[in-house]
Amino acid sequence: MATIPLYAQLINLLAALLLLLAFAMLAQRRVLSLIDLYAAQGLALAIGTAIVAHATAQPHLYWSAGLTLLLKVLLLPWILYRLIRKLDVKWEFERLINIPTTMLIGIVLVVFAFNLALPISQLANTVTRATLGIAMASVMLSFLMMITRRKAIPQVIGFLSMENGLFFAATSATYGMPMVVELGVALDVLVGVLILGVFFFQIREQFDSLDLKHLEKLKEHD
Amino acid sequence: MKAAAFASQLLQLAIALALAPLLVGWVNQCRAWLSNKSAPPLTLPYRMLRKLFMKDAVIADNASPLFRVTPYVVFGAMCCAAAIVPSLATDLPFARAADAIALVGLFALARVFMALAAMDIGTAFGSLGARREMFIGFLAEPALLMVLFTASLISGSTSLPAIVDTLAHREFAIYPSLAFAGVAFTMVSLAENARIPVDNPATHLELTMIHEAMVLEYSARHLALIEWSSMLKLFNYSCIGIALFFPFGIADGSDWRALLGAVPILVAKLAFGGFALALIETLSAKLRIFRAPEFLGTAFLLAVLAMLVNLLLGS
Repeated sequence: MATIPLYAQLINLLAALLLLLAFAMLAQRRVLSLIDLYAAQGLALAIGTAIVAHATAQPHLYWSAGLTLLLKVLLLPWILYRLIRKLDVKWEFERLINIPTTMLIGIVLVVFAFNLALPISQLANTVTRATLGIAMASVMLSFLMMITRRKAIPQVIGFLSMENGLFFAATSATYGMPMVVELGVALDVLVGVLILGVFFFQIREQFDSLDLKHLEKLKEHD
Repeated sequence: MKAAAFASQLLQLAIALALAPLLVGWVNQCRAWLSNKSAPPLTLPYRMLRKLFMKDAVIADNASPLFRVTPYVVFGAMCCAAAIVPSLATDLPFARAADAIALVGLFALARVFMALAAMDIGTAFGSLGARREMFIGFLAEPALLMVLFTASLISGSTSLPAIVDTLAHREFAIYPSLAFAGVAFTMVSLAENARIPVDNPATHLELTMIHEAMVLEYSARHLALIEWSSMLKLFNYSCIGIALFFPFGIADGSDWRALLGAVPILVAKLAFGGFALALIETLSAKLRIFRAPEFLGTAFLLAVLAMLVNLLLGS
């Protein structure tokens, strides 16, 4: 084990933390804790990116780490907090599958992602290639979260956390995307959250609830 | 050489027996401090044990020999476990008798005897406690095994001294899998030692108790042995946690100076661990009993994840 340099060990640790947080989000019942977990995931991502930047001497990764810190740890959680305060929804109990089953499906997804990532990561020649599997696993876990939640806000957080996973995958496989792409994605996410925030109000005005099953009906009267 | 190893073995066992009540006293004191109460003295568990040993035992008319034997079996199992877990030194002659899996088996043996003895008298509380204990136990054991397997995967051996040797006395490395395993182990030990998210050690309220419900029929020296062995269980779990996750400072051989140096380090780590336990207990609320599967299911899942991460990252 001593052959792996210290920074790679730190990145592995942060990758493991990212996966742990993805599972914690999957199991979380309360919306406010979910946002805190999302912010923590962003923080782990920012630190991981900064370590990669330091280890590989790629200055543009510092920018993307700073962007992550600003956007995903401070700005987006703040917007979400505000949204929740305005919508006055604190509790979240409804989900399609109960938590232990969700967790078991999550484990299966992790095994699948690890298997999928093994041949790909052998092609890559970065020091962080081993963490690709973890990045894919956290993308899939966020996807699972979007599927199993019934309310709108957790689905949006699932979407955001999926973006975290993708970002981490990009960093670990290729030392990050070009700066233009990263800026574009960051703005997309920001604008997406703003638009979805407007949607929340529209949905609630229409149906008096944020439960998305109301959207499945095509007609107003059946 | 042989004699020195045996001496270190005996010293470790003696320290476990002597320090276990102190650890419980310390945890109770920290809990009292954290909830703004005036704390009971540190030596309260010792006094309680002495008081119980001096009393005359009362046993129900319909108790079978099993009921009388159980305290000794449970206490013996916990002493065995205390001898196996490397808390001071890794050169333990007795540890070759049993590896990590047998250690889990020892805990299971104690649990089964406790549950049988609780049902033996035939009171409602006894069988209720026994059922709940087995309910918690069957969920906690696989998670504990998975945690130990993760550590075994890293060191390539299921023997606890070998694991500690690998983790403590080789070149320093960060193992992400151990972070997962550490969280899982904390959750399992909270459940196994009847601590707050799962059981409340201070309660005598009928509907919520698990461990206390099983020992209601015991008195005097039997109760003392049972209490002492549950203290030993907490001590053992703390020592397993220290051995797996903070193994620095455990003596390499059975050299006297190294051994004596390891004692204060162990005490300091236990004091810190006890404080952390009290903090967790103060901060969390007791779960409904049917939430316990979810809690322990999460622990199992984290332990499995630890193994998976270990296989993926190779560390």
